[in-house]
Amino acid sequence: MTARTVLQQADITRALTRISHEILESAKGSTDLVLLGIPTRGVILAERIAAILNEIEPGCARAGALDVTMYRDDLSRNPTRTPSPTQIPDGGIDGTTVVLVDDVLYSGRTIRSALDAINDIGRPRVVRLAALVDRGHRELPIRADFVGKNLPSSTEERINVRLAEIDGLDEVTIE
Amino acid sequence: MRHLLSTKDLSRDEAIAILDLAEDMAQAQTREVKKLPALRGKTIVNLFFEDSTRTKTSFEAAAKRLSADVINFSAKGSSVSKGESLKDTAQTLAAIGADGVVIRHHSSGAPRVLATSGWIDAGVVNAGDGTHEHPTQGLLDAFTMRKRLHGEASRGKALDGVTVTIVGDILHSRVARSNVWLLSTLGAEVSLVAPGTLLPVGVETWPVTVGYDLDAAIAAKPQVLMMLRIQSERMNAAFFPNAREYSRQWGFDDERLARLPEDSLVMHPGPMNRGLEISSGAADSARSTIIEQVANGVSIRMAVLYLLLTGGAA
Repeated sequence: MTARTVLQQADITRALTRISHEILESAKGSTDLVLLGIPTRGVILAERIAAILNEIEPGCARAGALDVTMYRDDLSRNPTRTPSPTQIPDGGIDGTTVVLVDDVLYSGRTIRSALDAINDIGRPRVVRLAALVDRGHRELPIRADFVGKNLPSSTEERINVRLAEIDGLDEVTIE
Repeated sequence: MRHLLSTKDLSRDEAIAILDLAEDMAQAQTREVKKLPALRGKTIVNLFFEDSTRTKTSFEAAAKRLSADVINFSAKGSSVSKGESLKDTAQTLAAIGADGVVIRHHSSGAPRVLATSGWIDAGVVNAGDGTHEHPTQGLLDAFTMRKRLHGEASRGKALDGVTVTIVGDILHSRVARSNVWLLSTLGAEVSLVAPGTLLPVGVETWPVTVGYDLDAAIAAKPQVLMMLRIQSERMNAAFFPNAREYSRQWGFDDERLARLPEDSLVMHPGPMNRGLEISSGAADSARSTIIEQVANGVSIRMAVLYLLLTGGAA
């Protein structure tokens, strides 16, 4: 099957900029934002969003990584997964506004695991969810607060998010 | 990974992957909530036919931190002391529904029998079998070295070129064997120092250099000096004249500590015979990693149990 590009580099940058403004707006002036990316590509998106936020309001955001492997509900069904490091920014997450960042929102099971993982690390004031692509097919009652692009898809299709830091270029394709 | 029976079975990449995973586990141990839910609903049996405190406690802590249920079984006070065979014990455990078995046995090869016999369909971890192997000890020693030598940047690294000298009762030591295989897989240069009577037949085929003189070994400035325990329970022949003579020739005392380079590590798998193979001054010095080894043991065992008990039908 041939791959079709749905977002190009400029589209991704624009989407992240818009998400950043939406995060600031919904935070109502709170300057204690913690962006936790879900490995692998969510971590990079979280860093990019934090950088944009800090340009708009210096010092308002910190970025980190949250690995959810140990909290997944499919550990005994799928081949063994290797976890990635969790990196909680200095100062912790107690009382902060945590924004979970993932590249593709699909079944919602990863986010469920992430909520459990956050529970073990601290007690944020509020937890929000940002995703670059929402492709539908939720299996749990979970909804993103900030979405880069809604991409109705069939379960047969594959959505690939490529980011310059890992893949050498920025693009989202569907195949 | 289905079982962990020997460090000989591990490839370099597999070994590094276990050490990296243990880093993640160690990180989780610094949190307020130390428990991870990865093995919820799994049952792990600690099957110990030989006495052990630290290994058994360490495996138990590791399993509990991963939310598994742990059943402790020791030969003393069980049907084994009434003459039950390994087969019957294994089938009993299978009927109880064990997903993983951690076994320590006085006979070399017992874990492999358990893993390959078909008596029980569970992941088997060798926690020390006779004079054969103790793979998680080898892994935690490698992990400790890597952490001390590379610090924060140790992820993904091996131990290429690190000089390790293992001293003492090589003949009976499963720790030494597991370390020799693993460390040479990871690229370290291993040498052994022991009285000739405590070296096994065939040691010349091992990937190591062999010496008999501890002072010469210290003069060569090894980066890691690993002292082994004199296993009095296995000293059933005259391997050396008496303890005092052993201590004078091959014991790591304060005077030898002073000659060892400032940044070398002193390791011991425990339990120690203070004053015999290692002096209190050496055991408690800043160069000693003995307490770290115990702490790292929990992380390594969490990593191993995670790898063995997750990942079902793909």
